[in-house]
Amino acid sequence: MTQQPVILAFCCHYCAYAAADMAGSMRLQYPSNVRVLRFPCTGKIEENHLLAAFEKGVDGVLVAGCLEGGCHFLEGNLRAKKRVQRVKQILGEIGIEPERLEMFNLSSAEGPRFAEIVKEMNARIAPLGVSPLRKSETHLENGIAEMALQAEKAIQGGNR
Amino acid sequence: MNTAAPDKASITIDGRTSEVAPGVTILTAARQMGISIPTLCNYRGMEPIGACRVCIVELETPRGPRQVSSCNYPVEDGMKVNTDTPAIRESRTIILELLLAEAPNSKKLAEFAAALGVTSTPFEKKPDGECILCGLCVKVCGDLMGRGAISMFGRGAKREVLPAYDEKSEQCQVCGACDFVCPTDASDHTHVATAATRKHLTAYNQYLEARPNIDMAHPQATPRVPFIDRKTCVHLTTGECGLCAEVCGAGAIDYEQKETIQELDVGAVLLTPGFSAFDPLRRIEYGTGFDANVIANTQFERLLSAAGPTKGHVRRPSDNATPKSIAFIQCVGSRDSKMCNDYCSSVCCMAATKEAILAKQHEPDTQVTVYYMDMRAYGKDFDRYFNRAKEMGVSYVRCRPSSVEQVSGTKNLKITYMSEDNRCVTAEHDLVVLSLGLEPSASLKDQVDRFNVMLNQWGFVLTSELSPLETSRPGVFVGGALAEPKDIPDTVMQASAVAAKAMALLASARGTRVKTKTYPPERDVTDEPPRVGVFICHCGSNIASVVDVEAVVQRTKTLPFVVHAERNMYTCADDTQDQIKDKIIKYRLNRVIVASCTPRTHEAIFRDTLRDAGLNPYLLEMANIRDQCSWVHTGEPDKATEKAKDLVRMTVGRTVGLKPLVESTVPVKNAALIIGGGVGGMTAALSIADQGYGVFLVEKENVLGGMAREIHETLDKSNVSAFVSHLIDRVESHPRIKAYLHSTVKKVDGHVGDFTSDIVTPETTLKVEHGVVILASGAKELKPQSFGYGKSDKVITQLELSGRIARNELALPEKSTIVMIQCVEQRNDERPYCSRVCCTTAVKNALLLRKRYPKARILVLYREMRTYGFREAAYREARENGIMFVRYDDKRLPEVAVDKGLTVRVTDKILGRELIMTPDLLVLAAPIVARDDRQDLSDLLRVPLNADGFFLEAHVKLRPVDFASEGLFLCGTAHSPKFISETISQANAVAGRAASILSRKRMPVGAQTAWVDPNKCIACMTCVHVCPYLAPQIGKDNKAEIQAAVCMGCGSCTSSCPAKAITLHHYLDVQILGAINSLLAGTFEEQPVETTYLEKVGVAQPRWKK
Repeated sequence: MTQQPVILAFCCHYCAYAAADMAGSMRLQYPSNVRVLRFPCTGKIEENHLLAAFEKGVDGVLVAGCLEGGCHFLEGNLRAKKRVQRVKQILGEIGIEPERLEMFNLSSAEGPRFAEIVKEMNARIAPLGVSPLRKSETHLENGIAEMALQAEKAIQGGNR
Repeated sequence: MNTAAPDKASITIDGRTSEVAPGVTILTAARQMGISIPTLCNYRGMEPIGACRVCIVELETPRGPRQVSSCNYPVEDGMKVNTDTPAIRESRTIILELLLAEAPNSKKLAEFAAALGVTSTPFEKKPDGECILCGLCVKVCGDLMGRGAISMFGRGAKREVLPAYDEKSEQCQVCGACDFVCPTDASDHTHVATAATRKHLTAYNQYLEARPNIDMAHPQATPRVPFIDRKTCVHLTTGECGLCAEVCGAGAIDYEQKETIQELDVGAVLLTPGFSAFDPLRRIEYGTGFDANVIANTQFERLLSAAGPTKGHVRRPSDNATPKSIAFIQCVGSRDSKMCNDYCSSVCCMAATKEAILAKQHEPDTQVTVYYMDMRAYGKDFDRYFNRAKEMGVSYVRCRPSSVEQVSGTKNLKITYMSEDNRCVTAEHDLVVLSLGLEPSASLKDQVDRFNVMLNQWGFVLTSELSPLETSRPGVFVGGALAEPKDIPDTVMQASAVAAKAMALLASARGTRVKTKTYPPERDVTDEPPRVGVFICHCGSNIASVVDVEAVVQRTKTLPFVVHAERNMYTCADDTQDQIKDKIIKYRLNRVIVASCTPRTHEAIFRDTLRDAGLNPYLLEMANIRDQCSWVHTGEPDKATEKAKDLVRMTVGRTVGLKPLVESTVPVKNAALIIGGGVGGMTAALSIADQGYGVFLVEKENVLGGMAREIHETLDKSNVSAFVSHLIDRVESHPRIKAYLHSTVKKVDGHVGDFTSDIVTPETTLKVEHGVVILASGAKELKPQSFGYGKSDKVITQLELSGRIARNELALPEKSTIVMIQCVEQRNDERPYCSRVCCTTAVKNALLLRKRYPKARILVLYREMRTYGFREAAYREARENGIMFVRYDDKRLPEVAVDKGLTVRVTDKILGRELIMTPDLLVLAAPIVARDDRQDLSDLLRVPLNADGFFLEAHVKLRPVDFASEGLFLCGTAHSPKFISETISQANAVAGRAASILSRKRMPVGAQTAWVDPNKCIACMTCVHVCPYLAPQIGKDNKAEIQAAVCMGCGSCTSSCPAKAITLHHYLDVQILGAINSLLAGTFEEQPVETTYLEKVGVAQPRWKK
C-alpha cells in the first residue's frame, strides 16, 4: 500500500478544469498525486462532498474555482469559499488539520497557476503526512463493495 | 507453429504478449505496448544507431538468455523478451558507468543515469568529457539534413566529432538539429557554423522568445492546429529532413498542402479583418529596435500572461530583471498627423491603465508612470477603473514625450518631456512600453480591390454615423475595428449587428441549407444493471508513451460492472467510433467511459457516438488521462499509470450512477417585446421585423423618437431629424411591428422563448406573447443646478444649443464671446462617470457656431478632450479654426457669476493665470443620466442596475447586449451614454442576438438542470434568492419549482437547499460520492466483485422480453 498523500481537486468546469487542461497542453509538470473531479461550478460543491473525501481517507482537498468576480455563474465561487471555511472549522473540531483543505481561485488561462497550486498543496500536506482517517488495508477492502452498494442504490432510482 | 497471421508477429515482452508488424525493432514494439526501455542514441523516426547500448534487453533463446540492443534488433514471431532482469540491470549499470566516465561533465547524462540508479562511476573520468560519441548528431546532419557539416575524426581515445579541418563550415545551415538531438547536451552548433544563429521569433509570444518551427499561430488559435513555418522548415526549403511526417502517428503532416481558391455563392459579405498595430519603427525616436527595454504594449501583454514567455512575471528583455519603474508612452502612432494618423485609437488609454494595474498586481513595488495627452476613459465604468489605477499608485503625467534614450550600462531609459508648467523634464525608467495605435488591417490592403468598398482618408472602411454597419457596396457589411478603432465590447456588439443585417437580407433563404442528422430510437436502460464499457486511448504516443495503457485496461477489467475494456490507438478516430458502436451493441453496454483527453473538447463527439448507437448521450463519461495525466507527469511513467488507473476507477464509480436524461424542447413565440421607442428601440424593431418576426414596440411618450428628436445633425453632418422621421414612418407602416404609444409594460411572466406580458395602453390592457424582451428605455440630459443654469437665459446646455442652432433661434452679436464648460456635474464624486458624447458635441457645436459667427470668440473649458476615434479630426479642425481650448483642473472648477451680466473665471494651467470672460452665451455639457423609471423596469424584468443607474449587461466585454437572464436584451443609452451611431450598432446587435432565439420553432432545454422534490421542499425561498437566473419559483402547491428553460445547471441551489430537496441532474450525490468513494478503493489489490453479468457471459438476457 502506498503511503503517498492523495490530493483530490474539486475543479469547476469553466475555470479550474480548463486551467488544468491548459497546464497539460503546456506540458507543465506537477506532482502526480492529484486527482481532479469536475463540477459545473464550485457553488455546487456541498459540505458533505468535502467531508466524504476526508472520510474516505483523502489526505488533502483543494477546491479550485473562477477568480472572485469572474464566476461563470456569478457567485458560485463565493458560496464555495464560505463552505470551505465551514468545513475547515469542522475539520478542526474533529481533529483533522484544517490546512488539508483549501480554496483557490484562478482563471481558465492560468495553466501555470494550476501547476503551482498543486505544488503548493503538496508542500502543505507533506509535513502533515497521511490522513489519520486513511484506513488500513483490511478496511479498504470494503471500498469496492461500497462502490457496488452505491451503484445498487443508484439503480433503485434514489435521486440523491 | 506459426499461429499469428502472416502480416503479424507475436512478441512477449515482460510477460505481456502482443502482435506487431514483423520487422519492427524490439524497442518500437515495446513502445507500442506502452513498455518503456531507456535509450540515449535512439531518436524517434531515425534509423537506429545502436551506439549507446543502454537499451539492451534480454532475449529468451533455447541456448539461454542473450543480451541484445533493442533499438536495432528486429522482432521475430514468438520472440520472448525481458527488459528488467537482474542481469540486464547489471549490464546497463556498467554501460552507464562507462558512459559517465566518458562524459562526466554532462548534466543531462548524469540526470539520465541517476533516474536509472547510477550516480557515480568507478572508472577513470575523461577530463572535460561531455560527448558519448554516439554519433547521433553526425547522422542527423548527414543523413537527415543532407549537410554533412560534422563527422567523426580520429580513432580510439582520440575520436571526436568535428567539422572538416576543425574549421567553421559553410555547410552548416544553422538548423540546430545536432544540438536538439544530442542526448548529453555536448553538441554546440556555434562551433560549426559560419553563419550566425537566428532565433525563430514568431507572433506567438509577440517576438519575445524563440518558438518551435511547428507551432500554433498564437495561444488561443482556433482551430487548435499547429502549422509549419514554410520559411524556416528544412524540408520545405531544401527537401531534406521530413522527420515530422515520419513520427506523426496520425499522419497529419501534409507538405504538399497548397492555398486553394474556392468559389462560394453567398448573399451577404461581412468584413471583420480587424486592425494592425502601428509599426513602432516609424516613430524611431522612442528607441524601438535599438533599445532592448523599449517594448510594445502587445509584447507587454504577453509578459503579463501566465501562459506567456515569462510565465506572468514582469521581466525586462535586456537582463530579465524585474523592472522597478515602468513607463507607458501613449499615442504612439495615433493622434499623430506626421504619421498621417490624426485620429485617436480609442482603446489605448484603457489598455495602458489595465496593463498598469496588472503590472502593479504582479509586482506591487514597481512604479508605473503613464505619459499621456488626454485620458480617454469615455466608456461605461471606465472612469471608475481609471480612478482605481490612480488609487493603486499609478502616476499619470500629461505630456507628449519627445524622445527616449538608453542609458549605457544599466540599459535604463531616459524619457524627455515638457511638463505642464513648461519645464523640460527627464525621467529615468527601467522599462518603456509603447501604446501602439490601431491602423486598418494590413490584410485589407490586398483585398480592398476585390471587395470594392470605399475607404476613408485613413484607409478604414468608410461608413457614416447613421449607417455605421453598411459599406459603400450594398450587401457588404463591416464590423469591428476595420471601420474605426474600437474596443472589445463595441466590436462584439458590431459583430452581432452585422449578423442581423445579413439575416435580414437572407431572411427568405433561412434554413434552406440546414441538414439534420437522424438517430436511432433510444434504448430504454432504466431496468438494466450497469454494464460499463471502457475505451482507453493511446492518443498515438501522447498517452501511451507515458502511461502503460495495457496495465490500465487490465486493472479496469477487474472493476465491478465493467463488462468490457479495451485500448485504442485514437479513440476519436472514425473507425474507432464505429467500433465503439459495435461494442455497445455486442456487449449490450449501457454506460460508456472514454479515457482519453479532456471532455471540454471531446465530450460532444462521444456523446454523439452514443446517440448513434441508440444510447442516451448522458450515459457517457470521460476520464482525462492525457491533459491531466500523461502530459503533466512525463517523467514519472509508473506514477502516471497509477494515476490513470485511479482516474478511470473514479470515473467508473461515477458512471454506474449515471441516469439517462432527456433534453426537452419548449416552443418559441416568434415575436419580440421592445420597451422604448427611441432610435435604439425602433432600429431593433425594424431589424427584427425585417428578419421576419413580429414586434410589440411600447413607448411611454405619445411620440416615437426619444432623445434623438432633440439631436439634429451628427458630426459628419448626417441629418438626424430626417433619419428619425424616416424610422418612424417605417415603424408605423411595417406590417410586423405593432407600436403602442403612451403605453407601459406592466407584467412580464415566463422564460426565454415563451413570455407573456401585459401592455397597458390608454384604452385597455392587452396580453401579448413573445420570445424575447428588449430594453431600450434610453436616458436623458440632466438639467444642471450649477454654473448659473436657470438663473440666466444666456446659460444653456449643449443639447439646447443644438436645438437652437438647428431651428435658427440664436441671435448673437457678430463679435460675441461664447464659452463652453465641459464635464458639468459629472466625473465628480456624485457622478463618477463620463457621458461620452459631450466633448464631441461641444466640438460639433463650436464648429457650427464658427461657421455662423466667423468673428466670434469661442472658448471650450475642458478637463480632458475625449474626442475618440475619428472625432479627433474634428477636434483638430476646431483648433485650426481658432476655437480656443482651455484646460481647467478638477480641483479648481470655473466660476460663474450671474449678477450684472455673465462672468466666467477660470485658471489656465498653461498660462498660469486666471482668465476672466464675459460671454454672450455659456453652454454647459450636462451629464446624460438614467431615466427615472429605471428602478421600475429593473423590478419588472428582474435585471440589475449599476451604481450610476444604467442597466448592467451579462458580461461587460463578451456579452455586451445580453442580460444575465436568457432571452432579455439591452441596447441604447439605457446601457450607458453613447452616440447615435453606437446606439444603431447596438440595436442591430440586439436584433441579431434576439434572432438566435426567434429563428427557432422550439428551443432545446439543457438536461443538466435542477429538480425539486416537492415532498422535501419547505418553501423557504433559499433557492429563489440563490439562483442568479431566477429559475426557481414557488409554485401552486406552495412548493418550489424550477423552470427548466431558465435553469443553467450550475447547482448553486442544490448545495444551498437546507432541506436537501433539490438535485442537479447529472451531478447527483450518488454520482459525486460514487467517484469519491472509489478513489481510495485502489490502494490495495481488491478482488473483483462477481456481478451477474460478466464479459464471458456475453450479452445479458434482456429481461423485458417475454
